[in-house]
Amino acid sequence: MNELDELEAASIFILREAYNRFDDLAMLWSLGKDSNVMVWLAKKAFYGHVPFPVVHVDTGKKFKEMYDFRDRYTDEWNLRLITGDCPPVEDMDPTLPPAARSAARKTAGLKSLLEKYGYTGVIAGIRRDEEAVRAKERVFSPRGEAAEWDFRNQPPEFWNQFNTEFPPGTHVRIHPILGWTELDIWRYVRREGIPLVDLYFAKDGMRYRSLGDQDITSPVPSNADTLDAIIHELETTNTSERAGRAMDHEAEDSFERLRRDGYM
Amino acid sequence: MGSDVITAAEPQTDPVKLVIVGHVDHGKSTLVGRLLHETGALSSEKLERLKAISAKRGQALEWAFLLDSFQAERDQGVTIDVSRIRFATAARPYVVIDAPGHVEFLKNMVTGAADAEAALLMVDASEGLKEQTRRHAYLLRLLGVEQVAVVVTKMDLVGYDQQRFSEIARDVRAYLQELGADPQVIIPISAREGENIAAKSDKMTWHDGSTVLEALDTFTPRRPPAFMPLRLPVQDVYKFDERRIIAGTIAAGQLRQGDTLLFSPSGKTARVESIETWSAPEKLEAKVGEAIGVTLDRQIFVERGELASHIEEVPVLTNVFRGRVFWLDDQPLKVGDAVKLRINSMDAEARVQAIERVIDTESLAGGGADAVNRNEVAEIVLRTRSMLALDEARANPETGRFVISRNFRIVGGGVISMEGYPDQREAITVRSTNITASESEIDRSARWRRNGHRGGVYWLTGLSGSGKSTIARETERQLFLQGFNVYVLDGDNVRTGLNANLGFSPEDRAENIRRVGEVASLFADSGTIVLASFISPYQSDRDRARQAAGDSFHEVYIKADLSVCETRDPKGLYKKARAGEIPEFTGISAPYEAPEAPECTVDTDADTPDESAAQLVAYIEKVCQLTD
Repeated sequence: MNELDELEAASIFILREAYNRFDDLAMLWSLGKDSNVMVWLAKKAFYGHVPFPVVHVDTGKKFKEMYDFRDRYTDEWNLRLITGDCPPVEDMDPTLPPAARSAARKTAGLKSLLEKYGYTGVIAGIRRDEEAVRAKERVFSPRGEAAEWDFRNQPPEFWNQFNTEFPPGTHVRIHPILGWTELDIWRYVRREGIPLVDLYFAKDGMRYRSLGDQDITSPVPSNADTLDAIIHELETTNTSERAGRAMDHEAEDSFERLRRDGYM
Repeated sequence: MGSDVITAAEPQTDPVKLVIVGHVDHGKSTLVGRLLHETGALSSEKLERLKAISAKRGQALEWAFLLDSFQAERDQGVTIDVSRIRFATAARPYVVIDAPGHVEFLKNMVTGAADAEAALLMVDASEGLKEQTRRHAYLLRLLGVEQVAVVVTKMDLVGYDQQRFSEIARDVRAYLQELGADPQVIIPISAREGENIAAKSDKMTWHDGSTVLEALDTFTPRRPPAFMPLRLPVQDVYKFDERRIIAGTIAAGQLRQGDTLLFSPSGKTARVESIETWSAPEKLEAKVGEAIGVTLDRQIFVERGELASHIEEVPVLTNVFRGRVFWLDDQPLKVGDAVKLRINSMDAEARVQAIERVIDTESLAGGGADAVNRNEVAEIVLRTRSMLALDEARANPETGRFVISRNFRIVGGGVISMEGYPDQREAITVRSTNITASESEIDRSARWRRNGHRGGVYWLTGLSGSGKSTIARETERQLFLQGFNVYVLDGDNVRTGLNANLGFSPEDRAENIRRVGEVASLFADSGTIVLASFISPYQSDRDRARQAAGDSFHEVYIKADLSVCETRDPKGLYKKARAGEIPEFTGISAPYEAPEAPECTVDTDADTPDESAAQLVAYIEKVCQLTD
């Protein structure tokens, strides 16, 4: 087994564990590269089936290409798609910096979906190498009654045994690709031929490395217009993946505050 | 797969997962920051951010801020959780898991270290070996991290003194050797000043060993050998379409299409019809670490929790085992506590039968205790109602460990030993097939009416020297004289005949008791009062004897202190056992599990043999009466 085989096997184990242990399970599908890899891994784990709904928390501000992608692959991959809207930005915590405040809409949208459908397990495609705060995450990460993350008092997790039980009124976030890096994702996309939104590929010297809302995500300078070129770029770059995400750079702790409150 | 030969010159692509442990404040985060810098792993953006954060706090460049990215952590100045950061040397990539050193955060240290393939153990040159460092070293052993290098930090604070380093190195080496670990290297460093990290220090020319980066490159990724016996825990069974797929990740060994699998504990077998795949080439074999799914050649009922193996090399079956555990819950673990146990994919309700010793990680000594407190390490005995399929940790670390959960949280973990306990597979396997029991036309109550009393099994259990045989013989005499149909079964009249082929290993003891249980049950069925007098130290064996005899079974505990029995020592056996001449002697070098709920207890510490026999006679007279 090479490193990608090992990562794939570990993620499949986690997805199978989640499916076995949670009756009300859903996977967040943000339409980005990470969550497409995650859907692909689910199809591997369950032999072509995705036996739980995929949830798109729709801020209404995604790129058109992303909505087109969503409609096409919902059909092609035979997914059970559930969408939910987000409340207006005026309802968000006014003490947050502007971009973080805009991102907080997604947390609010997710919380109302959780309430409506009663999901007790929510699979999310975050990775430890994306952001220092996400590096602190567990694979099975319990959330409190208000979906908040108590990072100071996380239960231990070892030997492939996970915290899959939870008190009533709470839920567990499940992170099957937590240990993957951005480069792992791209190498796996190339190996498996996983389809992606073409915003990731360079046009006129710019490309998106990370896709969020249209108004708080910006492209980075790049000429990488193929998978090979992107992988080569990442092998040599010194810029971080979320450099184009405004909310990460407003204040030292803005991402931490978002996550504590239930952000993905 | 597996065909690539890696030559020394070729850089390896598989990262080694590295954990950095030790006492809080001994400079782990600083070392990690320095390693990232020295290997060119820091993005320019991160370095700028780090400089900005340090400047904002009015400090010189502080490497530790890099990892301690939580606001809360910076305020407290302690790392509270596990971060993962990557860097690479010329030889290979690394993933660093920065595990916190504060005693409060042991559960985070365990989370990080359990995932690691190698460890750097940090010791502060100015403070020496602290309790927390010892505890971490101990836990590394327990968690199975075998590759360890020791780093003596902050040498700049002791003026790069060779004498001071030698003292600490000696202490560390002595402690680790006592644990049975072999520290590969001990390196004096200063992370802040970058001494002996990437290049040899010119301030410590007396150190002729390796630098930290050189030491790292001697570590190798953990590769579980494929030649171990196959272990495939069943994680789930899928029926999304016409296929019925048994899914799981191979914990050890390998399997091929066509192999016959034995599922434990159910004992069912079936052949592998296919190894299923999706969007991947056809698969005829699979190895350790792979997440697979198989279909079987016949429909057998298997479910999550079973452990598949080949028929030749099977896991242990038992409902009791020893665990060396670490405990992480605020609430102590007490004798008698009910806990949830998870081994592989199996869940079981378990009870803490004994806490044999709580280990002082400072001195490595330890004695019995009533409770294991948070962050302590202990040796305990766990018993479950249902049968478990498992391995001893020394035979197979993957399937030889377990976790304990309570109140929705994993709160402890441990490794399994079967020392002193039998594998119960033989005792519960029915080998004969095509057997139909012939029904007697004379029913049990007819026999009882003719005898004037019920038949029954009175199972006398107790230590050697507790008085079982004496009491059994006296009880038999009295009951016989009163006209009862009574007979004694004891070691002397079965070990020379029926069980002449059995020794005293845990397995043979279990088989001895199994046979006696079955024979006693037949006697009882024929209307006889059977007095079975056997040490029968294991509760599980006695439970099986009870199962054989059904409602006519009475457990009689012949209770006597070990010290009293040892003083009596009628056959001089204790003396021999103490001298080491008899191995596995109950009470001395093998366990005795006192009955949990005996129908009758006879205390021979206090009473004479005649008084004890009188008690038992009275009990039997009462319960064997016909009521009609």
